[in-house]
Amino acid sequence: MIGIVGYGSYLPRYRIKVDQIAKQWGADPESIKRGLQLYEKTVPGLDEDTITISVEAAKYALKRARIDPQKIGAVYIGSESHPYAVKPSGTVLIDALGIGPHVHVASYEFACKAGTEAMFVAYSLVKASEMDYALGIGADTSQGAPGDALEYSASAGGSAFIMGKENVAAEILFTNSYTSDTPDFWRREGEFYPRHAGRFTGEPAYFKHILNAGKNLLEKSGMSPKDFKFAVFHMPNGKFPQEAGKKLGFTKEQLEAGWIVPWMGNTYSGSSPTGLSAILDLAKPNDKIFMVSFGSGAGSDGFIFQVTDEIEKVRSLAPKVKDMLDNNKIYLDYGEYAKFRRKIILNE
Amino acid sequence: MISPRYAREIPQRYRLEAGRCTVCNAIYFPPRLICPNCKSKSFEEIKLNEEGTLLTFTIIRVGSEKFSKEVPYAVGIIELKDGVRLTAQLADCAVDKVEIGAKVKLVFRKIQEEGKWGLHCYGYKAILI
Repeated sequence: MIGIVGYGSYLPRYRIKVDQIAKQWGADPESIKRGLQLYEKTVPGLDEDTITISVEAAKYALKRARIDPQKIGAVYIGSESHPYAVKPSGTVLIDALGIGPHVHVASYEFACKAGTEAMFVAYSLVKASEMDYALGIGADTSQGAPGDALEYSASAGGSAFIMGKENVAAEILFTNSYTSDTPDFWRREGEFYPRHAGRFTGEPAYFKHILNAGKNLLEKSGMSPKDFKFAVFHMPNGKFPQEAGKKLGFTKEQLEAGWIVPWMGNTYSGSSPTGLSAILDLAKPNDKIFMVSFGSGAGSDGFIFQVTDEIEKVRSLAPKVKDMLDNNKIYLDYGEYAKFRRKIILNE
Repeated sequence: MISPRYAREIPQRYRLEAGRCTVCNAIYFPPRLICPNCKSKSFEEIKLNEEGTLLTFTIIRVGSEKFSKEVPYAVGIIELKDGVRLTAQLADCAVDKVEIGAKVKLVFRKIQEEGKWGLHCYGYKAILI
C-alpha cells in the first residue's frame, strides 16, 4: 500500500475581507461575494513566505507521520512564489527540519498545480521503491495586481504530504494528468504581477483540463462519483469548483468539506492540497476522496485516495485546517494589506 | 555580506540545536565547548522544546533600519519548557496583547533580508498560543 503517511497544512493568521478590497476600488462587495463566492482571504505576515509556510506545514506532516526525518529521500516544493529566482526553497526546509543531507531536493513550478506535481513525483518515487519516504509540498503567497479580479482571491498558505509504504493514512489508488499548451495566465520573468486572459481562463482552461482529467480518472478507475465520500478541485474562487464538480456528477455534499475557498482564498499551489488536508481532518476509514488540481498554462493532476484506519491515529497530532481558518484571525484594512503585500513603493 | 555567519548559525536558528552536558545535564544554547558548570567537554546534541513562557518583553517603536517597517513590535525573553532562555521577536500579535507569563510557541519565520538583492535570513520567532 502506497500513499500519504503524514499530512500538514499551514495558514497565516492575517486576513482581509472582500469588502475592504472592494471599497478601495469602488466595487460592489455584495456582487463580488455573490459572483465569486469569496468572503475573506489569508494574507502572509511581513515575515512569511513560501519557505516559512512550507516549513510549518511539513513540520505538522512529520508530527503526523511519526518518522525519522532522515528517512525522507526527496523533498519537492511546488509554488509560483518561491522567494528566490535562483536558490531552491527546499534547501532551507531540509535544514530546518533535520532532513538530509542525503536527499533529493527540487523546486517545482506550474502555476496553481505545482503542489500536486510535487505530490505526484513524491508518490511515484516511493512507488518505484527508490526511497522509503518522499515529501511533496504545495505552498504560495500569491499575488494579484491592485484592482484586478485576482486581488479578491490571491491568498497564502500551503500543505505538505509525506508519501510512504508503512502506516499509510490515505492510500493512493489511481492518478491521472491532462496537459496542453493553453495561454490563460502567465507571469513573465521580472514581472511582479501575473497577467490573465479574463474569461478565457474559464471554459478553455480551468474547465477543459479539470473535466478531462476527472473523466479520465473515473474511466481509469472504473468508479463513478457515487463511489466517493468527498471530492475536491482547484479553487480559484468559490464558483468554479462547484461547477466543475456538478459537471462531473458530484453533489454539493461531496464537495463541502474541501470547499474552504470562501474563507481562505486561492492559495494557488496550496489550494486543492489544503482542501484535501481539510477532508483528511474529518474523513473516516474506507472513505474515498476524488481530487483534481489545475494549473494555468495549463494542466490538471487527478488522484483517488482511500482513507485507512491509520487516519484516526494521526489526525489529532497536528492542527486542523478548520481550526486555523476559524481561530486567531487578525483582520487588516487595505492600507495594512498593501504594506504586507509590498504593494507600496519605498525608497531603498 | 553575512552569508558565512548566517550559514554557521543555521543549526541554532533553524533547528534550535543545543548542547547538553553529559556530566551535569546543563543545557547550553548556543552550544559550548566547555561546560561552565562542571568543566566537562562532553556534550550531546539536543533539539529544544518549541513551547515556553514569556518572562519579560519590551516594545520596539523605533526599529533599526531593517526592522523599521515592522514597528511597533515586541521582543521578549522566553523560557522554554526545557528551561533554556532565549530572546526572540514576537510575531502575529498586536503589542497591546502581549503580557508577561503568556504561553508562546517558536515558529519558523524570515528574520531579515539583505536589501532587495541579498539573502533572506530565516530563524525563530515566537507567537502567542
